[in-house]
Amino acid sequence: MSTAESYTQQGPDDIDQIRESVKSLCNDFPGDYWREKDKDNSYPTEFVEALTKSGFISCLIPEEYGGSGLKITHAGAILEQIHRCGCNGAAVHAQMYIMGTVLRHGSEEQKKRWLPKIASGDLRLQAFGVTEPTSGTDTLSLRTTAEKKGDKYIINGQKVWTSRAEYSDLMLLLARTTPKEKVQKKTDGLSVLVVDMQKAKNNGLTIRPLRTMMNHSSCEVFFDDMEVPVENLIGDEGKGFRYILSGMNAERILIAHECIGDGDWFIEKAVNYANERHVFGRPIGQNQGIQFPISKAYAALRAANMMVVESARKFDAGENCGPEANMAKMLASEAAWQAAEMCVQTHGGFGFAAEYDIERKFRETRLYQVAPVSTNLILSYLSEHVLGLPRSY
Amino acid sequence: MKVLVAVKRVVDYNVKVRVKSDNTGIELTNVKMSMNPFDEIAVEEAIRLKEANKVSEIIIVSIGPKQSQETIRTALAMGADRGILIETESEIQPLSVAKLLKEVCDQEKPELVILGKQAIDDDANQTGQMLSALLNWSQGTFASKLEIEEDKLLVTREIDGGLETLKLTMPSIITTDLRLNEPRYASLPNIMKAKKKPIEEKKPEDFGIDISPRLTTLKVIEPPKREAGVMLESIPQLVDKLKNEAKVI
Repeated sequence: MSTAESYTQQGPDDIDQIRESVKSLCNDFPGDYWREKDKDNSYPTEFVEALTKSGFISCLIPEEYGGSGLKITHAGAILEQIHRCGCNGAAVHAQMYIMGTVLRHGSEEQKKRWLPKIASGDLRLQAFGVTEPTSGTDTLSLRTTAEKKGDKYIINGQKVWTSRAEYSDLMLLLARTTPKEKVQKKTDGLSVLVVDMQKAKNNGLTIRPLRTMMNHSSCEVFFDDMEVPVENLIGDEGKGFRYILSGMNAERILIAHECIGDGDWFIEKAVNYANERHVFGRPIGQNQGIQFPISKAYAALRAANMMVVESARKFDAGENCGPEANMAKMLASEAAWQAAEMCVQTHGGFGFAAEYDIERKFRETRLYQVAPVSTNLILSYLSEHVLGLPRSY
Repeated sequence: MKVLVAVKRVVDYNVKVRVKSDNTGIELTNVKMSMNPFDEIAVEEAIRLKEANKVSEIIIVSIGPKQSQETIRTALAMGADRGILIETESEIQPLSVAKLLKEVCDQEKPELVILGKQAIDDDANQTGQMLSALLNWSQGTFASKLEIEEDKLLVTREIDGGLETLKLTMPSIITTDLRLNEPRYASLPNIMKAKKKPIEEKKPEDFGIDISPRLTTLKVIEPPKREAGVMLESIPQLVDKLKNEAKVI
């Protein structure tokens, strides 16, 4: 098994074709491209443009709005392949799923206004303003407010870990429209607004990049009397929390696919190196101390992949996929990390050399045990909602 | 004008091929198969001609097992218009391929046929030339540049010692070399569109062509393992080795 495809499970014809095409695209963006971007902490604009031009990013947008109207299984295959080829989908994956909230809960006028431009790449909707410095997973405690004045909402507050804010034209923002103490149900009172970031920049919106362990274009954003027209409210006022939740399963399933791709990449690298690297006159892969961790990582990854495939299947069938989406994200991110660890160990000192790309991928894949939801929160969810244990928080 | 492009399903260029244990051929079970890279170049060239409004329709032909449909589908996703699959599970050699392609040309009447100069599995490099002879059409093999000038074709060929440019009267057969172009990858909308493009299914018998091989493969073996090199101290030592060990001078 010398190529990554050896690890790929056979899918329907069109998925194989999509994988092949994504692979050809990724061939134009080899390790040194990503190394440069990583070194300069810069956005992979060329890669994003190529993916947009070839229509892969708009795969989930219905055909009537200019996309391909495909399923999450296809979108997952695209992201998985990007990662399997050593590229990184993080610069662009949110463009695939953030629009889902607009698609599911927006009015026809809003869909017509934004979706075709998102599909063509003229508008980038890939900033998701939810997390705040004082409320991470406790979304209901968020403090950013949107106060309605005439035909505008006036936004004040702050968001953090808003990835790609500098490279997005629109932001999907969750803000409080009714104070927490005045709502009937505790999940009420939050609303979803689409912010025209280009207009808002220097008009109440400030974006500050955050330097992080990997090149992820993370930012914090500040709102100071930022105005958003009322026609940019998605769905009903006060129901925003539900609209956001409905998109989270998609996000988890897609990120889980990226983790599987990462895992395959690490395993392929390790297998090749273990076969090629000779010490004491024989390949190091001949030592079980080297080969067993590779095989273990492989088994863990394949097992995680079964959950990932199942979560996507349920999502596409319109079934409740909450437990599977969460488990898929957790298992796949852990399996990818196991493979990353193993890959560094297999390579010894070379695992730390930037030109092998392993240390970069190692940093990048570590994120997914934390984002978009941390493993502990997934475990709490499973404990409470699937197993019926007492709520712990 | 119509263009016909022939494509072959071969073992992917990334795969390290293994000889079957009974030495009858190459192991194909669970091996990744793809379009012959030279054929991809042929498809790309046809699409470029179409984009330049020199060509109205691109027809893809493949001869081989049922799965060759996927190969045709790949060409359709790149931008070709329709496909013809001549399905056979038997071993098929260049002369039979050329005869079948001649029949297709008689039916479809293309002005131009583009083929890869060879397939990377058997490296025969014969089909284009044989087809040209059977049809009595002009041929430009190993093309590295192709231009249409009214009813003539200007073909730049890579030959020993340089480049040669031929002016051909159409209809013509062109075989592609590596440097003719860089094939595109299919965009997602085109992959989706390709699913709806027609692929006609035929059998060699439909054309009344006998495809039984004229050549018999006796044995397929691994090439001898390359031995490790040695570092020499001096030029005289090298001359001595070339003379007395390698016996090449």
